[in-house]
Amino acid sequence: MSEIIVVTSGKGGVGKTTTSASLGCGLARRGKRVALIDFDIGLRNLDLIMGCERRVVYDFVNVINRDCTLKQALIRDKRLEGLHVLAASQTRDKDALTEDGVQRVLDELAGEGFDYIICDSPAGIEKGAHLAMYFADRAVVVVNPEVSSVRDSDRILGLLASKTRRAANGNGGVKEHLLLTRYNPRRVASGEMMSVNDVKEILGLDVIGVVPESTDVLAASNSGVPVILNEASDAADAYEDAVGRLLGEQLPLRFLEERKRGFLARMFGG
Amino acid sequence: MGLLALFRSKPSTASIAKERLRIIVAQERSTRGAPDYLPLLRRELLQVIHKYVNVDPEAVQVHLDREEGHEVLELSVALPDKRGG
Ligand SMILES: Nc1ncnc2c1ncn2[C@@H]1O[C@H](COP(=O)(O)OP(=O)(O)O)[C@@H](O)[C@H]1O
Ligand SMILES: [Mg+2]
Repeated sequence: MSEIIVVTSGKGGVGKTTTSASLGCGLARRGKRVALIDFDIGLRNLDLIMGCERRVVYDFVNVINRDCTLKQALIRDKRLEGLHVLAASQTRDKDALTEDGVQRVLDELAGEGFDYIICDSPAGIEKGAHLAMYFADRAVVVVNPEVSSVRDSDRILGLLASKTRRAANGNGGVKEHLLLTRYNPRRVASGEMMSVNDVKEILGLDVIGVVPESTDVLAASNSGVPVILNEASDAADAYEDAVGRLLGEQLPLRFLEERKRGFLARMFGG
Repeated sequence: MGLLALFRSKPSTASIAKERLRIIVAQERSTRGAPDYLPLLRRELLQVIHKYVNVDPEAVQVHLDREEGHEVLELSVALPDKRGG
């Protein structure tokens, strides 16, 4: 049985693709067979974050249109056994994805024995985002501690609860998790940024991870190596914990507090 | 909380953000799944009410509640304190 996980948010630029890539790598590193699908048609970038952009021959839309087989379009990751990427197409045709087509590809992936199918959703609440979430069993809702991001993710929660296959079939709905990213403990401590508990309280979701704001993320995308593969990075450790929690491990949240404390903070801070 | 916080008189921007979200999210959740005409209905009601009373646009709340088996459209208008405003 494969599990379909959508990584979604409503708002753009919050860290969905960064998260999809790292969760996919983390699961594969634990021996799972993982397919990562980029649903951001027209703006493909999961392949860049994964570092396989030069190996894209066929894409998701080609598979849907039967221009090629699924096997031909799946890009095998060179670092991790069992990890595959299905790139987005760069077509400008918004109707390139169809519900039937997406379902056929997901069914075929399940038939190939993938344990996890991770759907990297585009921003917005239009068709692409809808199709990315429609067949999901679970959702990782990526949120930045910032008003517009929280509000948009609440709209996504509304759609997950009503506009998905699980909602339509009435079999328990999509399991939702909150992943807070670009978290800045220093700004939280000074009252400039909402805390994980603030966001959790507003949205009423369980937290699967809190990823700190980190310069390692830019370095990771520059080099095409997902940040979770960085050996010495808080962001990597935070994503690794999130992978553990996805698999059911009970792990305390880390990196909620600032590491190094400056002179003033030590004088006046609690 | 550190000593610095004691000197801070204004609420932090994070707590303002949280309060704003609490309100907007509650409001949006309450109208979720409601018919698309609700915002338009609200606007037209506001125009009609405006003919008689000078109320604030925010004073008119339209809610759709679902109770067992039926739906209740609830309209509440907060009238201004003083008359002839
Ligand atoms: N934890 C983080 N720290 C710093 N920058 C981040 C972090 N997560 C994401 N970013 C940056 O945010 C931007 C958007 O990330 P991306 O994953 O492409 O978002 P989305 O897929 O939601 O549009 C990128 O420039 C990325 O490098
Ligand atoms: Mg993206």
